[in-house]
Amino acid sequence: MSDEPGGTDAADEVRAYTVRLELVDEPGELLNALGPIADTGGNLLSVFHERGNLTPRGHIPVEVDLEATPERFERIVSALRDNGVNVVRAGADRYGEQLTVVLVGHLVDTDLSDTLSQLERSTSATIADFSLRLARGEDDQVTSARVRLDAEAGTGREVMRALREVAAEKDLTVVEPLVGVSP
Amino acid sequence: MRLAVVGAGAVGRAVVDLAASYDHEVVAVADSSSAVVAPAGETLDPDTVLRRKADTGAVGDDVPEAALDAEYDVLVEATPTTLDDAEPGYGHAVAALERDRHVVLANKGPVAERYDALRAAEDDSAGRVLFEATVGGAIPAVTTIDDLGPAHVTAVRGVLNGTANFVLTRMAAEGLGYEHVLAEAQDLGVAEADPSFDVEGTDAALKCVILANVLYGGGYTLADAEVEGISGLPGEALSLAAEDGMTVRLVGSVEDGDIRVGPRLVPEHGTLAVSGTRNIVQIETDHAGRLNISGRGAGGPETATAVLADVGRLSRPTGSR
Repeated sequence: MSDEPGGTDAADEVRAYTVRLELVDEPGELLNALGPIADTGGNLLSVFHERGNLTPRGHIPVEVDLEATPERFERIVSALRDNGVNVVRAGADRYGEQLTVVLVGHLVDTDLSDTLSQLERSTSATIADFSLRLARGEDDQVTSARVRLDAEAGTGREVMRALREVAAEKDLTVVEPLVGVSP
Repeated sequence: MRLAVVGAGAVGRAVVDLAASYDHEVVAVADSSSAVVAPAGETLDPDTVLRRKADTGAVGDDVPEAALDAEYDVLVEATPTTLDDAEPGYGHAVAALERDRHVVLANKGPVAERYDALRAAEDDSAGRVLFEATVGGAIPAVTTIDDLGPAHVTAVRGVLNGTANFVLTRMAAEGLGYEHVLAEAQDLGVAEADPSFDVEGTDAALKCVILANVLYGGGYTLADAEVEGISGLPGEALSLAAEDGMTVRLVGSVEDGDIRVGPRLVPEHGTLAVSGTRNIVQIETDHAGRLNISGRGAGGPETATAVLADVGRLSRPTGSR
């Protein structure tokens, strides 16, 4: 871990990791693979299970995004290998910080795609994932969206500041993550 | 210690009720319209005072100011929190200090809005001002920061409003909208008829301002806090968060000289995601990592517990524990 933000103990710092696994197509294999992550105190962010898409060896590729401290991450990878799971690739995410935010307001009327591209233009962040929900109420057109941003390590606060500015212009509420706070 | 209790809401009444079990005596009690003061050398019977308050709505026949002139050692200021000039609580505290008496505050106003002036009045007095009860009810947040040494605390954050937390917890658990849960909270007595103080984040912000004043040696008022509440938050925002293993809490933080309060995404099963009306304070330290203190952040006996802990500190010689 080379880039260590000032004042934080690198060993305690939670980072985002991506692990690529190959699973044998047998019942219980996915659980066998995910168990060690939870048991070791890693925080599962997403599991991309490419069922139907087999590797040349006839295995199922699975990509797992997780958060953990570097030390826990090492333990997770060895626990996976001990469980007989084939770990194809394991490493820190290219982006050091993943930020999830929920935006609330008149997202569609205020041009959501403009909101997000403004953010991408002014910061290092890119939109990694996006999910939209319309309010159930009839009269109010309030929409909520969850946006996952990949940002370069150490730029989380800057990205949130930029997002707050864009959101304020459009009268949107930002439910922010706690940036720089390990869970 | 002989206590004069000003303010006879849930906290003031609980102090009157519990003082004897901490070996303290009550010599005067005031509410907004009246006061009762024990004759010189005598103490009040708490049951008589509380019964009279319950039966008639007033604690006694004297004017409220009479309690301030009583022969007490510690003035317990438990009138409702007010903003800006923080009166009448601020005036009560200063009146006690001018008589070289101690002050224990349950009222947030004086330490959030006029901290520097109050400390100046304390400097000119033989009395001291303590205010553990103003932040997080029974949770010993102020004392812990004091003990750790403010210079060794890098950040404080927490969930400091039980009403807002109750609403968010119910919204997430039941998939209900804000208005619906708020109405339910009002029926249960968890939320006030006018809930804006709680749900707009003002109450949590005042507590953070107090923590900032302790951390940075004063200089902060509510105007320095960046505050956003939870009113109108749609249920969809919570279900979107839940899909990602997160939930929403009204989190207040004091860090790098900034005070911020607003809805934040926190891990669903993380330390900050306390449920119901519970509060939590997280203190980041230079040499000892993070401390978490959680517990009941409001309520009469809970807040009175913090008030009486302060009275206990005052009754011991300085420097002893």
